[in-house]
Amino acid sequence: MFKTLAISAVTALILSTGGGFAEVDKKKAEIENIDFSFDGPFGKFDPNQLQRGLQIYTEVCAACHGLKFVPIRTLGDEGGPALPEDQVRAYADQNFEVFDAELDDYRPAIPADHFPASALENAPDLSLMAKKRAGFHGPYGLGLNQFFKGMGGPEYITAILTGYTGEEKDQAGVTFYENTAFPSGWIAMAPPLADEQVEFEDGHKNELQDLSEDVSAFLMWTAEPKMMARKQAGFAGVLFLTVLSVLLYLTNKRVWAPVKGKKTS
Amino acid sequence: MAGIPHDHYEPKSGAEKWLHSRLPIVGLIYDTIMIPTPKNLNWMWIWGIVLTFCLVLQIATGVVLAMHYTPQADMAFASVEHIMRNVNGGYMLRYLHTNGASLFFVAVYLHIFRGLYYGSYKAPREITWIIGMLIYLMMMGTAFMGYVLPWGQMSFWGATVITGLFGAIPFIGEPLQTWLLGGPAVDNATLNRFFSLHYLLPFVIAALVAVHIWAFHTTGNNNPTGVEVRRGSKEEVEKDTLPFWPYFVLKDLFALAVILAIFFAVVGFMPNYLGDPINYAEANPLSTPEHIVPEWYFLPFYAILRAFTSEVWVVQIASFLTGGIIDAKFFGVLAMFGAIAVMALVPWLDTSRVRSGRYRPMFKWWFALLCVDFVVLTWLGARPAEEPYASWSLIASTYWFLYFLVILPLLGVIEKPTAPPATIEDDFDAHYPKASDAAAAE
Repeated sequence: MFKTLAISAVTALILSTGGGFAEVDKKKAEIENIDFSFDGPFGKFDPNQLQRGLQIYTEVCAACHGLKFVPIRTLGDEGGPALPEDQVRAYADQNFEVFDAELDDYRPAIPADHFPASALENAPDLSLMAKKRAGFHGPYGLGLNQFFKGMGGPEYITAILTGYTGEEKDQAGVTFYENTAFPSGWIAMAPPLADEQVEFEDGHKNELQDLSEDVSAFLMWTAEPKMMARKQAGFAGVLFLTVLSVLLYLTNKRVWAPVKGKKTS
Repeated sequence: MAGIPHDHYEPKSGAEKWLHSRLPIVGLIYDTIMIPTPKNLNWMWIWGIVLTFCLVLQIATGVVLAMHYTPQADMAFASVEHIMRNVNGGYMLRYLHTNGASLFFVAVYLHIFRGLYYGSYKAPREITWIIGMLIYLMMMGTAFMGYVLPWGQMSFWGATVITGLFGAIPFIGEPLQTWLLGGPAVDNATLNRFFSLHYLLPFVIAALVAVHIWAFHTTGNNNPTGVEVRRGSKEEVEKDTLPFWPYFVLKDLFALAVILAIFFAVVGFMPNYLGDPINYAEANPLSTPEHIVPEWYFLPFYAILRAFTSEVWVVQIASFLTGGIIDAKFFGVLAMFGAIAVMALVPWLDTSRVRSGRYRPMFKWWFALLCVDFVVLTWLGARPAEEPYASWSLIASTYWFLYFLVILPLLGVIEKPTAPPATIEDDFDAHYPKASDAAAAE
């Protein structure tokens, strides 16, 4: 009896904590799942998508938002946008200026620098946005579908970018825009993206939904740049431990055999 | 070591004798590893090894994390991101450490509830139980302070709420809270001392673990029947027990490997599942999160803390009798610590002479209800403070106290236990035929 009890207790415990976060979510609009390439235990970032996302970020988001925790050099990392080294250097040089305390002046950025922080005071830093806004808590508030779908952070970002209704209101001199995905329903950010706002060199699709998904994928990478290495380590760990479990099971059985004899019943 | 008679280490070669007469360390290790262990232990007796592993894992990963972490309010959050992005394998170390804390608590709760069901706390194992409860308290303190270190939103506001509990103590509360925080509010001084203590306490825990093991190696392990090992002679002992090595070492290692496979799947594929996403936002004293929720392993006691509001008549009476010194907030704090205290005092609250719950027909059901109660409290701890959750929390909290303070003392008097087997050997043989019989049959 005890074993069954213990198992059900643990299960319920895990389920109940997942449920805890679900309560908060009810007020927010449903965040719909998007099949990103990086979902699930075997999911991988698509370097082309991350590069498109980087372009959207640079042309649109970077005007107000920052990525202060992200070193520019990591754009060249395997398991990320994987830009060639010379392109990373050119990207840093052409797009950002940073303040250099030694020169006491601004200079063009180099790969060793981080992306600049937000230019606008009320624009949050986007480095970790995809991890601090979990969109998924299901099924039934258990949160377990994270295993296959991810936390829903990039889906939340896409939902915000595509969630504008077109309604506006002025409150104390600030314009708010109605957004179905934002918790309070009204967001201070003007609609940042529109159909075909960013043109890609390879002519990739650039409707609002495409652009939103690409930049969301890029922000998932900025939030969790080592995701692919982590999943690989997890896979190696599970595989190794499973083999070890089998070997230990057989060893244990053999060591106990003379004591136990054959099991009755 | 005292306790069950068994073979001790005999130094043979000259070098062994030389060492043994100066420092009997090999003998100590031998006696610890070869301790006679009841041979009928079931799978609920594996959590000790899992817990030992967790402590080693947390210290090993924690020491390396501390090499790259900066305990300074303006830099702490960024230094964690530095670990996640720039330190070789840093993302893995950190996810192992945060999820390791959860594994630690899963294991400790199962370990505690195993003890509660099989009566492992009863004479002569009260000291083992009390030391265990001290370890559990230290674990909670360590985990709480560790959660503050990344200096995210929930770190900051969790620290504010929990240290505020000490502020609710009458008369000395406010100065005590200021002393704990190192200032009027959670700030850099708080972060610094929490870091220092977070590094210190695990070593205190390690010392207590040694005492915990010493204590139950003196009394011998409990077992599912609760029947003591016969210790009249070595022959009798050998009928009831097997040496820890290799029998239980292998069994425990097998269980540990299975549990770690699941653990690695969580770390590798959903490492943020058990954490609150808002802790990826840097601490901001000017912006309070919508819901302040502690980590899952504190939720049952958090639910008890919040259950006793000023609308509860017990609280009103207490407030009236003490002239308002015990207000609702302080009552909640007392209830929370009391909930752990009654658990620590269970050796003296349980009056039954039968040790194992297996032979206590009525106890079984009340205990099952306690398990359900614990899960329900965990669930309620994460709910917002509103109806119907407030009433449910009160009912669930009441049952927790009722179980320890009323049901356990009464059951010992009114319950008619069934008969446990005479010996551990009988229990074992009921499951497995004797090796000699099996050999003859084949």
